[in-house]
Amino acid sequence: MCGAVAGGLSLEGIDVSKETIIQGSVTRGGQPVAGAYVRLLDGSGEFTAEVPTSATGQFRFFAAPGSWTLRTLAPGATLDLQVVASQGQVAEADVELPA
Amino acid sequence: MSRESALVTADWVEENLDNDNVVLIEVDEDTTAYDKNHIRNAITFNWHSDLTDPVRHDVLKKEQFEALLSANGITNDDTIVLYGGNNNWFAAYAYWEFKLYGVENVKLLDGGRKKWELDARELVTDVPVREEATFVAAEQDTSIRAFRDDVLAAIGAENLVDVRSPDEYSGKLLAPAHLPQEQSQTAGHIPTAANIPWSKAANDDGTFRSDAELKELYEAEGVDLGKDTIAYCRIGERSSHTWFVLQEILGVPNVKNYDGSWTEYGSLIGVPVQLGAVAGSPAGGQG
Repeated sequence: MCGAVAGGLSLEGIDVSKETIIQGSVTRGGQPVAGAYVRLLDGSGEFTAEVPTSATGQFRFFAAPGSWTLRTLAPGATLDLQVVASQGQVAEADVELPA
Repeated sequence: MSRESALVTADWVEENLDNDNVVLIEVDEDTTAYDKNHIRNAITFNWHSDLTDPVRHDVLKKEQFEALLSANGITNDDTIVLYGGNNNWFAAYAYWEFKLYGVENVKLLDGGRKKWELDARELVTDVPVREEATFVAAEQDTSIRAFRDDVLAAIGAENLVDVRSPDEYSGKLLAPAHLPQEQSQTAGHIPTAANIPWSKAANDDGTFRSDAELKELYEAEGVDLGKDTIAYCRIGERSSHTWFVLQEILGVPNVKNYDGSWTEYGSLIGVPVQLGAVAGSPAGGQG
């Protein structure tokens, strides 16, 4: 799996101090879920972005400082998780889907 | 145009997987998803390397478009079904480009790759082999394409619909949040544009909302569908999605996609820009 490293996908070439990063992984029964869809919703619940998870179940967003909702969609499951992000920091959010 | 003529369902595609007159094409900005797996018998077009000019910042020229389809064994008699990830953004861009060159028999798979995956339908790794054919395109139909001068003339006069997320519209973000935010364009939006994010036109699974919901969405935001409309986003793919909703599903005439979108407008010198959550006056400003 290209780019997958411990602690998250590679940030090589990206100036992290200028970015507001939200990242994490999606698991079910402790196993990574590849190809789930994670949607980033803003403070008003409006869609901002969506990514499929990697082969190792990971995802990442480059957001703005503030409160966000991560909505995870997978076959048979939808789960919301709140996360707070700030510039220059990596906010980690791990999503555990019901087994 | 109508929902029935522009869209096909996942069930319809499943029933036509072995129909020789149906050509399935997966379109995305990153075709590694296709390499991993795809709908059986689908070929793939990369939005950037296949569907844009290799040198200048533009769509394909007519001859390049004909060569692409011909090389992939597509004839004018085939029914072309486009689908992709990213909620069909790039498939909708491809659809718009196909219409630009007068292709009549082209449809979008409602929900694209996401709906197909969430339904746990079959995906395969086999890549079909297609023999070269001859495809003849029409001259470019610029009635569905806006250029920057059309956009400047539309400020305060026609409907401008900014389909990016609210944070991109207000200037808080410069790109969709799955991309790094360091971009060369200035932040903000075209003055007088309404912000109606593309996502409001789609359900969570990527399928389009009902005709009644879609009509209400634009009218509630004050868009007079009797006027000419220009849709834009950052690179013209999300606005293709909204162009598709307005012209192809709802059958609204006089809708153009501004494919230069914010990457072009936000780089122009001396044009009015509006910051903040308000549409603003034609002169633009801080909001």
